[in-house]
Amino acid sequence: MSDPFLHVPEPGCRPGDAPDFSDVVIPKAGAVPRPAIDVDAEEIRNLAYSIIRVTNKKGEAVGDWAGSVDLDQALIGLRDMLRLRAMDARMVIAQRQGKTSFYMQALGEEAVSCAFQRALEKGDMNFPTYRQQGLLVAADYPIELMMNQVYSNEGDPLQGRQMPVFYSSRDYGYFSISGNLGTQYIQAVGWAMANAIKGERKVASAWIGDGATAESDFHAAMVFASTYKPPVILNIVNNQWAISTYQGIARGNSGTFAARGLGFGIPSLRVDGNDYLAVHAVATWAAERARKGLGPTLIEHVTYRDGPHSTSDDPTAYRPKGEAEKWPLGDPVERLKEYLIKQGHWSEERHTQAVAEIEAEVLETQKKAEATGTLQDGRRPPPSEMFEDVYATPPAHLVRQRQKAGI
Amino acid sequence: MARMSMIEAIRDAIDLSMEADPTVVVFGEDVGYFGGVFRCTSGLQKKYGSHRCFDTPISENGIVGAAVGMAANGLRPCVEIQFADYMYPAYDQIVSEAARLRHRSAGMFTAPLVVRMPTGGGIMGGQTHSQSPEALFAHVAGLKTVIPSTPADAKGLLAAAIADDDPVIFLEPKRLYNGPFDGHHDRPVRPWSKSELGEVPSGPHEIPLGKANVLRAGADVTVLTYGTMVHVALTAVEESGIDAEVIDLRTLVPLDLDTIEESVRKTGRCVIVHEATRTCGFGAELMATVSEECLYSLEAPPIRVTGWDTPYPHSQEWDYFPSPARVAAALKQVLES
Ligand SMILES: Cc1ncc(C[n+]2csc(CCOP(=O)(O)OP(=O)(O)O)c2C)c(N)n1
Repeated sequence: MSDPFLHVPEPGCRPGDAPDFSDVVIPKAGAVPRPAIDVDAEEIRNLAYSIIRVTNKKGEAVGDWAGSVDLDQALIGLRDMLRLRAMDARMVIAQRQGKTSFYMQALGEEAVSCAFQRALEKGDMNFPTYRQQGLLVAADYPIELMMNQVYSNEGDPLQGRQMPVFYSSRDYGYFSISGNLGTQYIQAVGWAMANAIKGERKVASAWIGDGATAESDFHAAMVFASTYKPPVILNIVNNQWAISTYQGIARGNSGTFAARGLGFGIPSLRVDGNDYLAVHAVATWAAERARKGLGPTLIEHVTYRDGPHSTSDDPTAYRPKGEAEKWPLGDPVERLKEYLIKQGHWSEERHTQAVAEIEAEVLETQKKAEATGTLQDGRRPPPSEMFEDVYATPPAHLVRQRQKAGI
Repeated sequence: MARMSMIEAIRDAIDLSMEADPTVVVFGEDVGYFGGVFRCTSGLQKKYGSHRCFDTPISENGIVGAAVGMAANGLRPCVEIQFADYMYPAYDQIVSEAARLRHRSAGMFTAPLVVRMPTGGGIMGGQTHSQSPEALFAHVAGLKTVIPSTPADAKGLLAAAIADDDPVIFLEPKRLYNGPFDGHHDRPVRPWSKSELGEVPSGPHEIPLGKANVLRAGADVTVLTYGTMVHVALTAVEESGIDAEVIDLRTLVPLDLDTIEESVRKTGRCVIVHEATRTCGFGAELMATVSEECLYSLEAPPIRVTGWDTPYPHSQEWDYFPSPARVAAALKQVLES
């Protein structure tokens, strides 16, 4: 069925095949130099094709990009990722038990959001898509509130109106999530432009999946970011899969996602998304550029979605068995743990103990959230909530409808 | 006859159309190898190859825009938008391009394409997996808008839509899909329609666009409805014991004016039921039509039962979704006035 005049890209392997990542070129940790923050996009073209890595196989942090995080901060990062992983695991089970309608986990991608958040400052604003709950966790947002929303219970800060995982928190720098992919990307650019217009030295960071980069909003964001050069960081999380569709469909069989920034004159780089230290270093670099008025940066986070797309998905129908284990960039938690152990700042015993503690703490939090209610048990925000906040002041027709509904 | 879910019936219609007509091509997000997140197209890539059934980038604008170009060049694209809520990026291509191509080119170029999309709520999809945007299409000259309510209708109407020479918006009420994968397959789905499987004619089967279906003859009041609400209305009629004539419109454009007018003139009363928000919903069009055409036969003002004018809520969705109780109350009200 191959016809040189119409090319439908296909992934290298499918269910039944052996997983194969031989086409993913992984440079050595430390190999990519760290440019000055006022560098021109043209001068670092090669960074859009390479991968910035800090932690090597031996658990050492090497190269120019090492050193943005001290050991205590790295430990905080490890705890953030463990908390996120534990919360995701609990919520997936809760969904299976019918306590909520739906869930999406960040398994395997924890370093991306957790490390990035720790490079931001209060007042910066993320425009996340739906797999960045780590941004909230690493901002120390109360996990109980997230669970309350997942359960749509009486403590849900969004009053049962939004689906699970579509969080929103102005105070914690987390813009309200839309189900419509891509829409947030250009909004982040607009937010950053407003920062500039108002004279505020704050940063906006936009988030999008590899698949959703195909949306027009992504391209609109690139055009506006390159034209107005506001303080925005444009993140692309390339976790290889958009539901059943592999990343080659959005990207075409050439180049990288980061390379899309080059045509716009935006400094663009790729980072090992499973390397906490590398993500943190690159985020710090981009944020500094933004804060100094040097304009946008595009970052492609190269990672892998270990779990299903959502609780409604079955990845064994489209990915080879065991592909996750073969992912060449490893597991972000394991890698940061190895680094901390190598530095003499951590040990296997303390890790085992920490995992147990965090899991117990998350379970405790889950119990508290469930005591407030679950989707199943009926202690939900009242139906009247659906009529609130539609407009600043309820117009007459809505008041009438609400009376008619008797709520 | 075969027993099928709506998903299977949809797949059957596409399959038979692809088999009969080599110009039919199918594409959209995840529709190729995987067969779509609702599995409506599963097996088609295997059977017809990746030139006739393939995955696309996540670009609704791209999907419909490409379909317009292909349709103008002799193919019959039947594309899938993963959820109707995600058609907005494609709206310009649908409204400004597909709908008008024939008219603006004096018939030199046409766009015989079908845009399939799951519509409506009832699966806890929250505000971006539950909308009913039919009025946004019905309002556009040049488009046909179709919403089936049973597996057999889904098959017959989709086959007709694919064969149609105009662009057709085909809205599939996901509440009625009832397949093993309804978007939340880990959770038991409460059946709403009486049977999740329906009797579906085997082999080629077409139901002409523009023909309503009188599901239940009645003397006292006419219920005009479509999609998921057909089943809500039937339940309401059954439970209230009211002798209502229930009409499944099947296609909103073209609208079967004759059947509607004949029924309302006979019963003198009319209740309109849809799930979409009320203001400027398709119910307003029905109300206006009934008022203009049947005024002297009306014994009571027609009533609409609709979703509220709010975004679709996640956890309160059963308070949003018009229920049999709300429909029954409207039937009583219209009979008493
Ligand atoms: C406009 C729009 N189209 C389609 C969808 C349905 N959808 C939800 S997630 C998804 C895949 C997203 O893939 P990617 O952007 O790579 O992010 P990932 O899930 O891999 O994190 C799709 C197609 C949507 N939510 N919005």
